[in-house]
Amino acid sequence: MHYHTPASFEDAIKIAAKATGITRFLAGGTDVLVQLRADMVTPDTLIDIKHIDGVHDITRTSDGGWTIGVAVTGAEMTEHPELAGDWPGLVEAMDLVGSTQIQGRATLTGNLCNGSPAADSVPAMVAAGASVSVRGPDGTREVAVEDIPTGPGRTSLAQDEVVTAVNIPARVAGGGDAYLRFIPRTEMDIAVVGCGINLVLDGDTITQARVVLGAVAPTVLLDQACGDAIIGTTLDAAALERLAKAASAACNPITDKRGTIEFRTKVAGVLAQRAAKIAYGRAQAGGAS
Amino acid sequence: MSKIHVTTSVNGDAVEFLCDPRETLLDVLRDRLGLTGAKEGCGTGDCGACTITLDGRVVCSCLVLGAEAEGREVGTIEGIANGEELHPLQRKFIEHAALQCGICTPGILVATKALLEKNPDPTETEVRYWLAGNLCRCTGYDKIIRAVMDTAAELRSESKELS
Ligand SMILES: Cc1cc2nc3c(=O)[nH]c(=O)nc-3n(C[C@H](O)[C@H](O)[C@H](O)COP(=O)(O)OP(=O)(O)OC[C@H]3O[C@@H](n4cnc5c(N)ncnc54)[C@H](O)[C@@H]3O)c2cc1C
Repeated sequence: MHYHTPASFEDAIKIAAKATGITRFLAGGTDVLVQLRADMVTPDTLIDIKHIDGVHDITRTSDGGWTIGVAVTGAEMTEHPELAGDWPGLVEAMDLVGSTQIQGRATLTGNLCNGSPAADSVPAMVAAGASVSVRGPDGTREVAVEDIPTGPGRTSLAQDEVVTAVNIPARVAGGGDAYLRFIPRTEMDIAVVGCGINLVLDGDTITQARVVLGAVAPTVLLDQACGDAIIGTTLDAAALERLAKAASAACNPITDKRGTIEFRTKVAGVLAQRAAKIAYGRAQAGGAS
Repeated sequence: MSKIHVTTSVNGDAVEFLCDPRETLLDVLRDRLGLTGAKEGCGTGDCGACTITLDGRVVCSCLVLGAEAEGREVGTIEGIANGEELHPLQRKFIEHAALQCGICTPGILVATKALLEKNPDPTETEVRYWLAGNLCRCTGYDKIIRAVMDTAAELRSESKELS
């Protein structure tokens, strides 16, 4: 295995383009090194992106959004009061990843590019309308987060493409987000179902809703029918009922040791209702609570 | 395979070593530097027995490459006591019998010390969540939590006396 520490993204993609065999980028290593040690994936080339300028920064953009560097850890996000104030659901989702020790290393980009359907931060990023900047030999393109995963362990990134930043939009007035997951214990487990929701209200009426489900299909699901079930409502009982039905209908899960198809389908509806209530409360309070 | 030359700092001392690119920082500490306080439990980041600090952050050294330590500051259990004088946490762990076999203890002490530096007055719930990534199969955790709460109280009253 060759270990590289490029000082720029340009150098990183040059190394990746020339590499033969298996290539991995190394952010926090909490997936890469687990897979390496378990002899599941032994990279021939490992490209550590943590020495590139700016990758550790959380920056407010001129339009009020956020740029999160690809080496920013979960702990650093939680310790950033303005980011957590704008996007509490996103920050809480990332904070659910692993223990204190994992939080000291794990990144949003690694969580996304590892391609797990149960990745906790991904539904929250999609709900927020986040995108990633992807750099390849022909330049940089911006890709919606939901267009990165293509199946368990697979992404739409080419071998010589690297994510250079995560872009989070500005929090608009009357907006609020939330992420909840179901796990059989209170800490240190992988989502059986996850649900991220981002709402915008006009007065008490929902005008925009992005409802995203995790761990119930091969990739994260941004479901329009779930959003439509609550848009134009004040999240009354009937709207919540429709939301739960739509969320359960969107599911295409598997049965595994963590839950059956039936259980996941039912829990998706319950979690969508609970996450919607939290997002709605936050939107009423003006963004964060 | 060619080895990587790494210059780093461990418990405040400048250290150099050569390591294989695949070698974890845990293996470097134990096998090359003779610092056997950090233990290998699961080797997959679940148990926390290998907990160290990297630039002050609590991490599992089994999920860090030795090569990644270049230019960073590594803190291990060996750096916690002041010579023969135990750190208050170590003293309280003995007093409260917060350990039996001792395999998890170095990791728990390193993690807890970082918590108390960040938050000198944690609630019991905060301590339990902070230590959720440190497994102990002997104590049932209650004695550990009591030792941590008691140390935190002692450190707070000491810092009050000083100010
Ligand atoms: C004990 C433990 C508990 C965990 N608990 C959870 C949990 O509760 N929820 C959860 O979702 N996950 C969990 N995980 C999985 C893991 O911690 C997360 O997926 C984490 O966010 C991965 O981030 P990383 O920076 O460590 O990624 P890395 O391991 O460094 O990389 C992961 C993947 O992303 C790719 N990659 C990294 N950076 C880039 C880039 N800039 N451009 C392109 N590709 C890139 C790598 O090539 C690799 O394929 C857990 C892991 C452990 C060990």
